[in-house]
Amino acid sequence: MNFTNFGRYILLLKSVFRKPEKLKIYLKEIAKQMDYVGVGSLGLIAIISTFIGAVMTLQIAFQLVSDFIPKTIIGSVNRDSSILELSPTISAIVLAGKIGSAISSEIGSMRVTEQIDALEIMGINAPGYLILPKIISGITMVPMLVIISMFLSITGGYIGGSISGAVTPAEYMQGITTDFNPYTIVVALVKAFVFGFIITSVPAYEGFYVRGGALEVSQASTRAVVISCISILVCDYLVTQLLL
Amino acid sequence: MIEIKDIYKSFSGNDVLQGISGKFEEGVTNLIIGGSGSGKTTLLKCMVGLHQPDSGSVLYDGRDFTPMTYEQRIEVRKEIGMLFQGSALFDSMTVEENIMFPLNMFTDQSRKEKLERVDFCLERVNLAGKNKLFPAELSGGMKKRVGIARAISMNPKYLFCDEPNSGLDPKTSIVIDELIQELTEEYKTTTIVVTHDMNSVMGIGDYILFLHEGKKFWEGSNKEIAHTDIKELNDFVFASRFMKAAKDKF
Repeated sequence: MNFTNFGRYILLLKSVFRKPEKLKIYLKEIAKQMDYVGVGSLGLIAIISTFIGAVMTLQIAFQLVSDFIPKTIIGSVNRDSSILELSPTISAIVLAGKIGSAISSEIGSMRVTEQIDALEIMGINAPGYLILPKIISGITMVPMLVIISMFLSITGGYIGGSISGAVTPAEYMQGITTDFNPYTIVVALVKAFVFGFIITSVPAYEGFYVRGGALEVSQASTRAVVISCISILVCDYLVTQLLL
Repeated sequence: MIEIKDIYKSFSGNDVLQGISGKFEEGVTNLIIGGSGSGKTTLLKCMVGLHQPDSGSVLYDGRDFTPMTYEQRIEVRKEIGMLFQGSALFDSMTVEENIMFPLNMFTDQSRKEKLERVDFCLERVNLAGKNKLFPAELSGGMKKRVGIARAISMNPKYLFCDEPNSGLDPKTSIVIDELIQELTEEYKTTTIVVTHDMNSVMGIGDYILFLHEGKKFWEGSNKEIAHTDIKELNDFVFASRFMKAAKDKF
């Protein structure tokens, strides 16, 4: 059964990447989706990243009980954790809930109200028109959101540390600028690219093959979020294993 | 003209269509009728390629649609207009954008030309001036008429209507039926209407194909339908007390 679904998912992706009927209309749709995925998620990602950064600083400081370990390490650990894991993965999981469920519901509703059939009867490649702009917006906007998330998470750590007194601003700044390896940014962006693809394509697949009515659409939406989250975690492990 | 030959279709071992054949001429309103679950919508979906028949062929003016490649089908589909049971208007678009959508996709007309075409189609279905409304702001009958306007926007050679009267009051149903008939005669389209509405059958049924349990039981016109001795057809046509009373009277 799962192999059948995987096969159908691959076949759907094959039809998604067919040549567009009219590039101009697709570009307009891509811009609309980028606005929704990118600008529309910015506030949520900003709040989550800032608070996670602040909490991380407090928790690292709490665990550093030895006087032999310099406080600057709090900044270093926070920086690497944010860049490598928290910003890409937590952002992706949050976006899977927000964007994934919306994509699945939108396409699923279109399926049950015959709007997808209408597109196909007109001679339009429905998977291409509906899903391609979403995937392109996912693989471009999620990495951008992750970059913003990294910055805000590290800034959140600075603010949290300063307010609580867990680490002085000078020590934190020294920590985040010591032994920085730019390759960690590359790893994070590869993760963000993969997660962006999962967050958009998996819910699109679930919505596209919905049969039934409102109940089935909501079930597909839930399934889309669950499968996306699990796929994100599996791919997180695989990418980390491959690149580090 | 559309011709179907020996169409078979089954789902999970359940035979839905069993060897259906028929000829649908252009310029006349062709009806596929039958009770719920008789296979009429499945037949329609096989004809337009939303379902692939297990065997048999669908010929659009001699062109066999079933073995066509994706690209070849697209060319035929550009000649098809379809009105769906629930109208299937795009919720996120206005009436104008809905009708303009196929024009945007497949023509290189200027915006002015496309707007003129939209206005013409809306006037044709008596909805002039409703351009900026969203589908959620329309009544059931208006949605159907916008669906027809979108279907005719590309000057289709073939017009398919799936249950065009479902959910409509009798008066609006007649308006929709008459509109379909007028457009068919005016543009000489090959029109196929799937329905179980007896008013439509008696009003616009130039050619009728009756399905029962996935099989073709009868074909003919609305003038002949009341005079058959096929039990299944009589049970369907004279199911209502009104029709029974009318038959007894005449």
